Amino acid sequence: MKTYYNPQDLKKFGNIGEFQKGLAEKFFDYYGETFKDGALTAREKSLIALAVAHTLQCPYCIDAYTTDTLEKGCDEEQMMEAVHVAAAIRSGSTLVHGVQMMNKVKDLSM
Amino acid sequence: MKSLEAEGQALAKGPLQIQFLENTPINGYGFTSFQDKLNEIDLYPLKPTGIEIFQINLGKMCNQVCKHCHVDAGPDRKEIMTRETMDACLNAIEESGAHTVDLTGGAPEMNPDFRYLVEKLSGLGKKIIVRCNLTIIVANPRFHDLPDFFKKHKVEVVSSLPYFTAVKTDSQRGEGVFEKSIHALKKLNAVGYGMEQSGLILNLVYNPSGAFLPPNERDLKLQFQKKLRDKYGIYFNELFTITNLPISRFLDYLVKSDNYEAYMEKLIERFNPTAAHNVMCRNTISVGWDGFLYDCDFNQMLDLKLDIPDPHLNNFRRETFNIRNIVTNNHCFGCTAGAGSSCGGAISG
Repeated sequence: MKTYYNPQDLKKFGNIGEFQKGLAEKFFDYYGETFKDGALTAREKSLIALAVAHTLQCPYCIDAYTTDTLEKGCDEEQMMEAVHVAAAIRSGSTLVHGVQMMNKVKDLSM
Repeated sequence: MKSLEAEGQALAKGPLQIQFLENTPINGYGFTSFQDKLNEIDLYPLKPTGIEIFQINLGKMCNQVCKHCHVDAGPDRKEIMTRETMDACLNAIEESGAHTVDLTGGAPEMNPDFRYLVEKLSGLGKKIIVRCNLTIIVANPRFHDLPDFFKKHKVEVVSSLPYFTAVKTDSQRGEGVFEKSIHALKKLNAVGYGMEQSGLILNLVYNPSGAFLPPNERDLKLQFQKKLRDKYGIYFNELFTITNLPISRFLDYLVKSDNYEAYMEKLIERFNPTAAHNVMCRNTISVGWDGFLYDCDFNQMLDLKLDIPDPHLNNFRRETFNIRNIVTNNHCFGCTAGAGSSCGGAISG
């Protein structure tokens, strides 16, 4: 193994069933069902997945959901806005903890 | 930008494209050929179901040079159908029993006898489709009356608009094409095209602007309708999603951008037997600018003529046509992937 991440491995995702068939089947059934049109459209779900993929910084997921959002009719502007939503939540989540820091500072200060 | 033909590129030639499609391994391995896939579902050899659509390529001349064009059309292409060949088409159309005549190019309107042919077809009572690139309507004053001409002959207009934004449209079809297309669409709407109860049909065509497959046709139509109506006040009837076939300029793009293997792999993986049963070559005949006959416009560009003796308009016989074997090769995976693809859009839900 030369690298930890290999683009070709994405296509082998389905092979995880070789080591544990039953759980893999349950997972892929659930996965497939989750991404179907429902209260949210498949297109909206794909944009959410793209944003989450960036939060997780998973190269397989970014690869898969960049293609998938394009194939769901999204354009670059929409895709980047989804990534900004992920970024905003991540940075907001960091900053909101600043309140905790402020509380502690106030506890410790005269 | 010039055509591949004008640049002398190897992939401008049909036989070399076929050689490439047959012999290029995918990820270092061989792959299942289209013929094998048809065999797997007992559909080989692929047979016609009768002639419904008579598609005529009026020539390769075009005012645009789109990056994905399977015709390799452009201003530098001089191949153009003569009036004599058009007359032979008219005879063959009557012999064929086709109910629809689909005019394509290049920009078919640039053929000097385009209006002659439309008037004759209108007289025969055939449904006429013109694949209009939109910008031709505003390209030159002599084309400005095309919307009225189309209306007079109840021509169905089918026009490419790869997206409802300038960036994506222009990246595929050339700088400034989106703005001109919007202008032309407004002119078509103004005479009634795409408007409710006018009976004048304006359908749009989406091609992916890159190495990926088209979205769901119904979902994308809703997006196009909303965006074009809200931002530009434009209306249309249907949206056809068409997959880019790996031939000609799109093949050249795939190879140069290092996307060829992944794209072919995707087309093969997503082979859809239902789409294979419904491919357009089963009910269509395609005529080249020089009168030669093909199973479809893609085969035409690969120089894969009909598999019958002397496949030319001058020898057209309906009976021979209906018992032929349809010529297929690996580019046909483009018509059978996912929801399938044809000149009328997706062919399987």
